[in-house]
Amino acid sequence: MIRAINRVNTLGFPLLLFFSLLLSTGLQAQDDPAAAAGKKLFNANCAACHKLNKKAVGPALRGVTDKYEKEWLYSWIKNSSAMIKAGDPQAVAVWEEYNRTAMNSFPQLSNEDIDNILAYTNYVPPAPVAAVAAPQAVGSSSGSVADEFILAALALVFAILVIMLFLVQKTLLRIAAASGVDIAPEARPQRTPIWKAFVQNQFVVFCTVVFLLLSSAYFAYGYLMQVGVDQGYAPIQPIHYSHKIHAGANQIECKYCHSSARVSKHSGIPSLNVCMNCHKNIAEYNGEEDLENGYTKDFYTNEIKKLYAAVGWDEETQSYTGESKPVKWVRIHNLPDFVYFNHAQHVQVGQIECQKCHGPVEEMEIMYQHSTLTMGWCINCHRETNVQVESNEYYAKIHEELSKKYGVEKLTVAQMGGLECGKCHY
Amino acid sequence: MASEKKYWKNIEQLDTENVSLQSLEQREFAEKLPVNETATETEDASATSRRDFLKLAGFSTAAATLAACEGPVIKSVPYVVQPEQIRPGVANYYATAIADGFDFASVLIKTREGRPIKVESNKDAAVLGSANARVHASVLSMYDTQRLQGPKANGTDVSWDDFTLQVRAQLEALAASGKRVVLITQTLPSPTTQNIIQEFQAKYSNVEHLIYDAVPASAALQAFENTYGQRALPDYDLSQAKAIVAVGADFLGDWQGGGYEAGYAQSRIPKKHHGKAQMSWHMQVESNMSLSGANADKRIPSTPAEQRNFLAALYNKLAGNSSTTNLDDKLSAAVAAAAKQLQSSGANGVVLCGLEDVAAQEVTLAINALLGSSLIDVASPRYIRQAKSTEIAAFLTDLKAGKIAGVITSGINPLYTLADAADAAKAMERLELSVAFSSKLDETASIANYVAATPHYLEAWGDYEFKAGQFALAQPTIKPLFDTRQLQDVLLDLTGSETSYYDAIQSYWKANILNGASWNQTLHDGYFSAPTAADGALKTIEVSAQLAALSKTSEGMSLVLYTKTGMGDGQQGNNPWLQEFPDPITRVSWDNYLTVSRADAQRLGLINENTSNGALNGSYATVQVGDAQLTAPVIIQPGQAVGTVGLALGYGERLGLKPEMQVGVNAYPLFQNFDPVQEVQVSLASGTHEFACVQLHNTLMGRGDIVKETTLEVFSTKDKSYWNAVPVVSKNHMEQEVTSSEVDMWQEFDRSIGHHFNLSIDLNACTGCGACVIACHAENNVPVVGKTEIRKSRDMHWLRIDRYYSSETTFEGDNQTKDNIAGLGDSLTTFGEMELASENPQVAFQPVMCQHCNHAPCETVCPVAASSHGRQGQNHMAYNRCVGTRYCANNCPYKVRRFNWFLYNKNDEFDFHMNNDLGRMVLNPDVVVRSRGVMEKCSMCIQMTQKTILDAKLEGRQIKDGEFQTACSNACDAGAMTFGDINDKESRVAALTEDDRMYHLLEHVGTKPNVMYQVKVRNTEA
Repeated sequence: MIRAINRVNTLGFPLLLFFSLLLSTGLQAQDDPAAAAGKKLFNANCAACHKLNKKAVGPALRGVTDKYEKEWLYSWIKNSSAMIKAGDPQAVAVWEEYNRTAMNSFPQLSNEDIDNILAYTNYVPPAPVAAVAAPQAVGSSSGSVADEFILAALALVFAILVIMLFLVQKTLLRIAAASGVDIAPEARPQRTPIWKAFVQNQFVVFCTVVFLLLSSAYFAYGYLMQVGVDQGYAPIQPIHYSHKIHAGANQIECKYCHSSARVSKHSGIPSLNVCMNCHKNIAEYNGEEDLENGYTKDFYTNEIKKLYAAVGWDEETQSYTGESKPVKWVRIHNLPDFVYFNHAQHVQVGQIECQKCHGPVEEMEIMYQHSTLTMGWCINCHRETNVQVESNEYYAKIHEELSKKYGVEKLTVAQMGGLECGKCHY
Repeated sequence: MASEKKYWKNIEQLDTENVSLQSLEQREFAEKLPVNETATETEDASATSRRDFLKLAGFSTAAATLAACEGPVIKSVPYVVQPEQIRPGVANYYATAIADGFDFASVLIKTREGRPIKVESNKDAAVLGSANARVHASVLSMYDTQRLQGPKANGTDVSWDDFTLQVRAQLEALAASGKRVVLITQTLPSPTTQNIIQEFQAKYSNVEHLIYDAVPASAALQAFENTYGQRALPDYDLSQAKAIVAVGADFLGDWQGGGYEAGYAQSRIPKKHHGKAQMSWHMQVESNMSLSGANADKRIPSTPAEQRNFLAALYNKLAGNSSTTNLDDKLSAAVAAAAKQLQSSGANGVVLCGLEDVAAQEVTLAINALLGSSLIDVASPRYIRQAKSTEIAAFLTDLKAGKIAGVITSGINPLYTLADAADAAKAMERLELSVAFSSKLDETASIANYVAATPHYLEAWGDYEFKAGQFALAQPTIKPLFDTRQLQDVLLDLTGSETSYYDAIQSYWKANILNGASWNQTLHDGYFSAPTAADGALKTIEVSAQLAALSKTSEGMSLVLYTKTGMGDGQQGNNPWLQEFPDPITRVSWDNYLTVSRADAQRLGLINENTSNGALNGSYATVQVGDAQLTAPVIIQPGQAVGTVGLALGYGERLGLKPEMQVGVNAYPLFQNFDPVQEVQVSLASGTHEFACVQLHNTLMGRGDIVKETTLEVFSTKDKSYWNAVPVVSKNHMEQEVTSSEVDMWQEFDRSIGHHFNLSIDLNACTGCGACVIACHAENNVPVVGKTEIRKSRDMHWLRIDRYYSSETTFEGDNQTKDNIAGLGDSLTTFGEMELASENPQVAFQPVMCQHCNHAPCETVCPVAASSHGRQGQNHMAYNRCVGTRYCANNCPYKVRRFNWFLYNKNDEFDFHMNNDLGRMVLNPDVVVRSRGVMEKCSMCIQMTQKTILDAKLEGRQIKDGEFQTACSNACDAGAMTFGDINDKESRVAALTEDDRMYHLLEHVGTKPNVMYQVKVRNTEA
């Protein structure tokens, strides 16, 4: 798995390039200042409910100016409910179509602002100019090509040198033969074969046997100790959920989804309604792609559809069907039943980063078990980690007394009694 | 080229006719191999050969090895929409109430991930906020595989729509023809339900409502009605009691609905006022040894007839009447003592009566009125028993005469609990309509035309008025597990109403009860108090006729039927926790039995004996009451009044129970006319019964340092060193207290920093009720092992309540007897005699769990360090480390360690709740379920103390006293168990460590336990 990650990293560079190309189309939009200002306003005010090309909570906005009068749109955006109340036929029709959900009023928008937004909704980006991008790509990748060329040249020189040396020796031998110098190989004295000498030397045999026994014991122990240790366990999940996209690219805080880690022993797998907080609006994937692994935009969008199927979300009507089927995730981090572990104590009280145990989750395309989760691993951390006593009233008395007893300023978990059997096993 | 040559070894081979030789050639061996010698003839053909066995063994070993190479794939399924209140891993508590017709209590339900896992007392509730052992166990009854999973019509499963359609059609037909239909329910003190039933009766005018209790308190109700004009039961506040005289009333048990132990225990803890200690004085006049009798200062074993006379004599004595009594000297003295104590206690004295006799009950009320007792509350009485025996008798007569066309039963099983159930069953089968609202296919449901599957109380709504002005609300704590509906919802449906019971409760409460208070707050609290105007006007107090009625004497033996602490009226017969719960008095589980006094047993030739492995066996006796006869095993019960025998109701049910749970004999056929006292003939029957008794030694043998006790007089006058001396040992010819560090083998570990947990058990307050035992089961996933394992002393109870009898009349007498032993011969005979309990012994209860010794003998002998000590005082047990040597159990002086001889979960040999998915839902997810070969014991509920600490850390605050609890201390409504942190100098438990009464069990061993006991003080005045 880690290898796979590395591969992703090596691919990162060309991918970045590719995206920089895509972004260039975004830059183009700024050529039209009205559309650029409109985009900003759209994202701030409208994007929660509207999309350009697709129905969301409200209708798709592309081409909205074709459907309605500008004056109508001004008054609608500034106070839609008043229009519905007044009985404007168009307004009532929209209201009825969208499940009688009234649109928020935006009295703060000026007519100019609205013009800008409408300009943005009508803005069609010009086709990307490939010619502009091409030299950029060549230019930026020339560095690596030069390196490779130099390396190849050096290798060639090296090979020529080896061949030359071989030829020189051959020539010298030939010259010697021609001048009558007999370069006969030295006659070696008859020696006992090394294996016989080995067998005859009992001390060496003894040492070897001891060495072999010890080393086999070492490896056998090593093998046995990894039984039941599932480090690197990366099962295939029913929905390809990428922590890399969520926690990495989008910087979503771990405890936004795993909220019970704050209060409970379980970190909790988020329920699907948590997913829908965002995915009600994010119906398709528009981020980076990893073509080598088949992680295309369509692939990711398809995974979002799986979420919709599970939670029972109908994209057409933008409503829940009520038919849900819970997702059966495969649990990755499994502690045995006889261990008590509490997330809240580590995350909230101990203020430990999630990554300390779970590894670089924000880089994991596929989630895997980062740590060994063995008892030795727990104990080591308890020996090394200081208790977060600051500003926690609970520790006030015990910290004062214990730090006096041990003569230390900072207390480790072990000194607080964190190595006792019964603290985790009951 | 084919050769025609034939080789031969033997001339016989050439003889083609020789069949026997040919058949021999076919076989590998001339004679059959003796592989199947042990197999029987019939199995012979199919029996596995040795080779097959080896093949199979090899294959299965290889398969198991291969299968073990890969770990299981564990699925994790989150909610689609997570309910706001549910956070995985965090427990939610809901206040609700149980009212099953026998037990009534306001309780808190602990739920985890939406499933109820534990019942706790609702300590804030004004009345009946204490859960007894049965209520604690009731959560397991919800996860009962025997429960009905949907309604049935004539034996086939139907939908609820069809069910109500059919029943409505039948009811309407019966209403049209004017035939009588009787709706029989258990006692339902539910204002809304009464309303619903009235509306139901308005629609079907032919329906009558009858209340039926399996074990009614009809006489007490009648007496109260005659005296105070209201059909209810007086309530008692025993917390201020100075003198309690109970006549046949097991008020610490199930008498009139119970719930009195908390107040009683308060009055029992001796308090020093100006150097003089005070506690209540308790006399118990009874036939069977009950919990109340075991706790009494003075117990008078007597026949029911003597008890009546005692009451009459007591009234006359208190009223100053001169009357002749036919009491013997012993009882006359008791009357004098009781009268003296009651008179000196004034308003703080009370007489309690449990006789099912209106005259006796009226005289009792008269005595309490005479005393001017402030402990009896007649103004706001209890409504938790309502059945009227005469009405039920009349109904049964009509039923048998065919005058009734339809019967609807709810929450009751009369065809099991009626004395003449067989006749009633025949009559019920003839009915045009019979509907049974039941949670299992019991005797009544199995012959009913329609069976309505009802939810468990934890899945249902409910509202109750336990006591005048004291209300309780019940709410569901889980979505119904099965397709069940409760009586009220079905009645509303049949009435044609569109509302649900929930809506009905809410609207009724808002209109009539809450008086503007918040519904949500009331539902959250689970109780509501609306004190009513005092109305305890005395109607009549003339009792001369009643006194005359009491003076009858009886000949022959009396049978006194009672209910056991574990089983009650038998509703929860399929609950393995309760079946395995040892009776507090006899310490016998999985059985009911005839309790007989030693004198009667000798006369009748009944014996108890211990087998070679210690297990208890007993004779069978034939018990004859009128025409009813049954055979029951016999327990010789110290303290049983001569001339009486006792037998518990609630056992011997056969339908709706797993085969393992169908234990005991059904005593209801002897419960004729709902009178628990019956004339009886007892005779020896053949056979020997095998009991599962967890305590095989009954007496203390003069070892007064185990249950230390003293008298109130000594306690208030003498120094602690006289009555609670710390044992001393000699060092350098100097006497040193054993607790001194001078004589210690071990170095003391510094526990002054952080928490240091101690548990104090007050032997004065402990009534032996056993609520803590069941609470411990529920909290710690203690397995049920079954009767045969209990017989082998393999019970898994982490917490046991030892019960000791004195072999002299007092424990003090035992101590003297032991001290006076001189010489070997004397010691042998005297100790032999001391093994026998006295005819009327003193009784002591002592809860014993792991003592969490600071110098623990178990820890030093563990070869793998599975048992180790924590700084917080708890003795840790790492199950995953234990290899099962059992050295620790051998070295434990308290014998509190329990070994898992078998795998008790997912094992068909132990087909109890841990063997099915439903039953396992009750398991506490914070405590590991132990496997075979592992030692286990009380952890001092480390999961609870850790939870408290972790919560305080999360909230960043100090921990207040009272926050630390164990399951047992939390369940102890009597306040006998106090748990806390002794490093918190302000805590109650820290004060108790300094108490004069404090001692440690087996202190001379020097184990320095973290569990302490408080010396039992007996009020032996008069």
